[in-house]
Amino acid sequence: MATNLEKQQKLGDAESNPMIPEQYQIVRIRKDTYDTFTLELESCDGNGNLPFQPGQFNMLYIFGTGEIPISISGDPGNPKTLVHTTRAVGTVTKAMRKLKRGDIIGVRGPFGTAWPVSEAEEKEVLVVAGGIGLAPLRPVIYHMLRNRDKYGRLVLLYGARTPDDILYRQELESWRSRFDLEVHVTVDRSVGKWQGNVGVVTTLISKAPMDPEKSLAMVCGPEIMMRFTIMELQKRGLPKESIYISAERNMKCGIGLCGHCQMGQTFVCKDGPVFRYDRMMDLFTKREI
Amino acid sequence: MSVTSVGIKDQVVIQKDHFQGLLDALIKTGYDVIGPALQNKAVVYDHLTSIKELPIGWTDEHGPGKYRLVRRQDEAYFGYVLGPISWKKYLFPSQVTLWEARKNGPEYQLNKIDNNISKTAFLGVRPCEIHAIAKQDKILMQGEYLDPIYKARREKIFIVAVNCAEPGENCFCTSMQTGPRAETGFDIALTEVIDQDHHYFVAEIGSEAGAEIIGHIKFEMADPGAKTAAEQVSRKASENMGKKLDTRGIKELLYANSEHPRWDDVASRCLTCANCTMVCPTCFCVNIDDTTNLTGTSAERRRRWDSCFTLDHSYIHGGSIRVSAKSRYRQWLTHKLASWIDQFGDSGCVGCGRCITWCPAGIDITDEVRAIREGGRTAPASAAVKE
Repeated sequence: MATNLEKQQKLGDAESNPMIPEQYQIVRIRKDTYDTFTLELESCDGNGNLPFQPGQFNMLYIFGTGEIPISISGDPGNPKTLVHTTRAVGTVTKAMRKLKRGDIIGVRGPFGTAWPVSEAEEKEVLVVAGGIGLAPLRPVIYHMLRNRDKYGRLVLLYGARTPDDILYRQELESWRSRFDLEVHVTVDRSVGKWQGNVGVVTTLISKAPMDPEKSLAMVCGPEIMMRFTIMELQKRGLPKESIYISAERNMKCGIGLCGHCQMGQTFVCKDGPVFRYDRMMDLFTKREI
Repeated sequence: MSVTSVGIKDQVVIQKDHFQGLLDALIKTGYDVIGPALQNKAVVYDHLTSIKELPIGWTDEHGPGKYRLVRRQDEAYFGYVLGPISWKKYLFPSQVTLWEARKNGPEYQLNKIDNNISKTAFLGVRPCEIHAIAKQDKILMQGEYLDPIYKARREKIFIVAVNCAEPGENCFCTSMQTGPRAETGFDIALTEVIDQDHHYFVAEIGSEAGAEIIGHIKFEMADPGAKTAAEQVSRKASENMGKKLDTRGIKELLYANSEHPRWDDVASRCLTCANCTMVCPTCFCVNIDDTTNLTGTSAERRRRWDSCFTLDHSYIHGGSIRVSAKSRYRQWLTHKLASWIDQFGDSGCVGCGRCITWCPAGIDITDEVRAIREGGRTAPASAAVKE
C-alpha cells in the first residue's frame, strides 16, 4: 500500500504526483455476464509487477473519460497481470466495456486495506458474497487455495439475482468440484432451467457448517445484503470481531485527500474498504452517514 | 537602515509612516505581496505594492448572513474583521489542472503542469487563518500521501500575521483556541496600536526570515509601554468575541446525537448551497474532472473544490448516499467539529465565523451545536449495543 508513497518520496515531490496514472495495456477481455466483464491488464513499460493484497482496489482511468475505483479480482500470486471485474453502469464503466485488446488504461494503486488472510490462518473461513461482491473476494479464494494447508474448513456462499447474473460461473463450478472447498450458490429469482437454491444469500448461512468459535467471515455485496448477512452470522453465534466487510463510497483520489469517501470518521479509501465489523458497526447501521 | 539586529521573539515598533517600508522590504527581497484590498464592497486578498491599497479606515459588520463595509472613525490599516476569501485561494486554488495528455497511438504522452508560484508574502493573516493553514498543512503535507502542488506553494510563503483588535459578531476563535493573538506559525506578527496621539505597529519576530525583513526597515525596539499596549489590544479582542462555541466533549456529543431532531430543523433552513464550504478556510474536498477535446486526441485532469453539500459528493451507482439536506448538513458539521478530531487529531474549525456570515440563510454553527447540546443525549446512544 505504501508503494506510491515510497515512490513519491524517492522521486521527490516535484517529480511525482500520486494523481498521475501509469499506463497498462489490455491483454484480455472476458464477458462474464450480460452486464459484467473482466479486463486483464499488463504494464506498458514491461516491468510492471504490481503486488497487491486481496481486497485492495485500483483507480482505473480511461483517456479523457474519467477515473473510478475498482477492486482487484485477480490472483495475488500473479502480480504481473492485473485483473478487474466490473459492471457497466456509469460513464466510465460503459466506456470501459467498449475497449478492445491492446487499448490503454491508466492505473493508480493499489489502495486500501486488505481482507484478513493472515488473521484467518488456522481458522475456518466463511466467504459470503452477493452479486459482483464476489469480485473483490476472489483474490481471497485464490490465496487460500494456494495456501490451502494454512486454513481450516473453507466455505463460499454466493448469491446472485438470477442464474444469468452468476459471476465467474465456470470457476464456481470447478471450485464446487473440489473436496477442500465447499461452495453454495443461490439466486433470488429462478429463471430457465435453474435447478439450484432459490432465495437470498442469507438463507444459505443457516445451512452452512460453521464453528463460531473458530470461524472468520468475509462479507461483500450490496449494503443491504451485508447488513442481513451480519445479522444471520451473529444469530449463528459468530462474534462481530470475526466478521469483516467491504464498504463502498464515492472516491475521486484513493489517497484520502479528496474527502468523498468519508463514512463517519473513516476514509473508506485508506481506512477501508475492508473493515472489521465491530470497528465500524456504529456507522454501518446509520442511514445516510 | 537600522543598525540594531533583531532575533526571534523580539518585538519592535514600526511607526505608521514607515509601514510602507515593510512592503518595500518584502518586494525587494523577491516576494510577491498579497494582502487585504477593497473590491466589490468587500475586503479580499490581492496583490499589493502600496499600503494605500489597504482598506484604510474601513471595517466590516458581520451577522448571520450579513456583511457590510462601514467607515471607521480612525484610519486603521487592518480595522476590518475578515473577508469572504481565505488564503486557501493561493495555497489550495479552487481550480488546478493536474496534467494534460496527448494520444500517441494507443498510448498517451502525459505532460505535467507547473502549478508553482513565486515567493509570496501573505500580509494580514489573522491568527485563526494561521491555524487554518496549519490544519491544511497537516492534511495535505503530513499524511501518508501529500499534495505536491500544495507543498510546493506552501514552502514559498512568508506570513505577516495581524493580530485581531476588534473581532466581528460571528467570531469565536477564543472557543477554538485559535486567536485572537498569533502565537506561532508566522514570520512576523503585527499588532496595530491606535490611540489619540499614536498609530504604530508592534511587530513580533517569528522566524529568521522575519528578522531579516525587519532588518531592512526603520524600527525601534519595543519599550514596555508599546508591549503593554499591544497586549491590551489582544486582551480587549478576547473580551469582545462575538460568539462562543462550547467544545467540551464535542466529539462524543455529536457522535451520540446523529439522530437529534435539530438536524431536521436546520435542514428546513439549509439551502445546501455549499457557500459555507467555499468560504471555510479548512474545507479540503475536491472533485477530479477528466476531460477531453472534441476529437478525443488530448485530455486533461483538473481538480476543483467540491462540497459535501452537493448530491454528487456521495454519489455511487444507484444514487447518492447522503440524499437529504439533513444528512449533508450533519456530515459537514460533524466532520468539522467531531470526526476531524479522529482523523487529524484536532478540530476542523478555527472559529473564523465565515460560514455564519456567508450563509444566505444565516445558519449559525454555534447555535446549531448549542441546540444539540441543550436538547441532546449526553451518553453515547450506542453504549448499550457496544457492550
